[in-house]
Amino acid sequence: MTTRYTEDHEYIRMEGDVGTVGITHHAQDKLGDLVYVEQPKVGRRLAAGEEASIIESVKAAAEVKAPVAGEVIEVNEAVVADPSLVNSDPEGAGWFFKLRVSDAAAVAALHDEAAYKALIA
Amino acid sequence: MSAPAPASSTLLQTPLHALHVELGARMVPFAGYDMPVQYPLGVLKEHLHTRSDAGLFDVSHMGQLELRGPDAAAALETLVPVDVIGLGAKRQRYALFTNDAGGILDDLMIFNTGEYLHVVVNAACKDADIAHLRAKIGARCDIRVRADLALLALQGPRAEAALSAIARIPERIFELGFMQGDFIELAELDCLVTRSGYTGEDGFEISVAADDCETLARALLAVPGVQPIGLGARDSLRLEAGLCLYGHDIDTTTSPAEANLNWAIQKVRRAGGERAGGFPGAERILGELADPARVTRKRVGLKPEGRAPIREGVALHDASGRAVGVVTSGGFGPSVNGPVVMGYVEAAHAAVGTRIDAMLRGTPTPVTVVAMPFAPHRYKR
Repeated sequence: MTTRYTEDHEYIRMEGDVGTVGITHHAQDKLGDLVYVEQPKVGRRLAAGEEASIIESVKAAAEVKAPVAGEVIEVNEAVVADPSLVNSDPEGAGWFFKLRVSDAAAVAALHDEAAYKALIA
Repeated sequence: MSAPAPASSTLLQTPLHALHVELGARMVPFAGYDMPVQYPLGVLKEHLHTRSDAGLFDVSHMGQLELRGPDAAAALETLVPVDVIGLGAKRQRYALFTNDAGGILDDLMIFNTGEYLHVVVNAACKDADIAHLRAKIGARCDIRVRADLALLALQGPRAEAALSAIARIPERIFELGFMQGDFIELAELDCLVTRSGYTGEDGFEISVAADDCETLARALLAVPGVQPIGLGARDSLRLEAGLCLYGHDIDTTTSPAEANLNWAIQKVRRAGGERAGGFPGAERILGELADPARVTRKRVGLKPEGRAPIREGVALHDASGRAVGVVTSGGFGPSVNGPVVMGYVEAAHAAVGTRIDAMLRGTPTPVTVVAMPFAPHRYKR
């Protein structure tokens, strides 16, 4: 299981060819309390960097983008029902969607944990 | 995702800046000041805490002025459509500086100490307001800018208990009604206390020497139930209360009638009143009061059907897709537990119950015109 990060503060955690996508702890902290989540449809094919989920905090609107190209195979309805899950457990129960990824090299090209930590330091 | 830009080093600081940082606040630039947008509690909980207990706000960035002299009230009446002469001692009143076009230059609070008028204006407007006052009535009264004063707001159902707990004579707090005030000793400091605020809750605004402000703030924060509250919750609280934010819901183009602020214009300043008119833009402002058909757009509350927040700048369309208005304030209302929106719409669409569409990310999203406030006011009348 490997986890990679984007400069836009999404993570993708790979298990086989399926990646679980969410936003980092740093991102949720910057956004503040989330109050609204809109998820992409299952089956939607996303290009790398394409806007997938819409999120709204008490302060601002933002979006979760696909870190790499892939097909949405599952969305987390729990964060729609309770957006505060993203604040309390962003890299666990507060994930957004799962992508079936065909290009493993694209994942490998994203930041690893050390590089991401350096980015936000 | 994008991180906010770092704060500029040229920002001004209030006397409580070090305390905000010590309390773990996230600081952001606001009206030229480095201000706390939230504390570790977070905007949502800070908002709810203010409605259930008591919240302490640093509003020292706002401008505090004194107008002194026998002609001060009459002079100020030439700039606001408000009864200042009739404002009794120890009473406070909401007012508007209007311009010649009948628009609004700023909104303000006027308190009559009995000896002079204590005026509080918005931070972003204070330099312009001071210049305006000096140019227009500087010869008729003594205008003193009190940059040496800080201002705190204590808001919420437990504000009275908290404030009286640090008052030398607690009864002095209990006896104040909404929009009344007095000089009261708190935490052994001389303070000017008014029973007012901008959250819709019972509460107080406390003017105190800048040098004493931190002592007062710490004394209040030591009272159980009092939490520091940042600008984020201040905004959602005032929005739920249906109150205008200057520069957003009211500005130099909006008239009092359009902004639904006719209640701020007392009878004595209206047509037929003893001191009717005599303020900038009186022709338009009183004309719209006398003949509502002249008002072409109105500020209204809007309730979205869904849960998506709708924010400032979103266009409002009628069923045919024609633009009929725009959102001027919008966000999530934690007490309402849903999105709350205010904006301007053409008069034909302003009646409560009217359904229109907010163009959210290009998609028509149904919203209904509703009466404000969104959260009931709980002032001590």
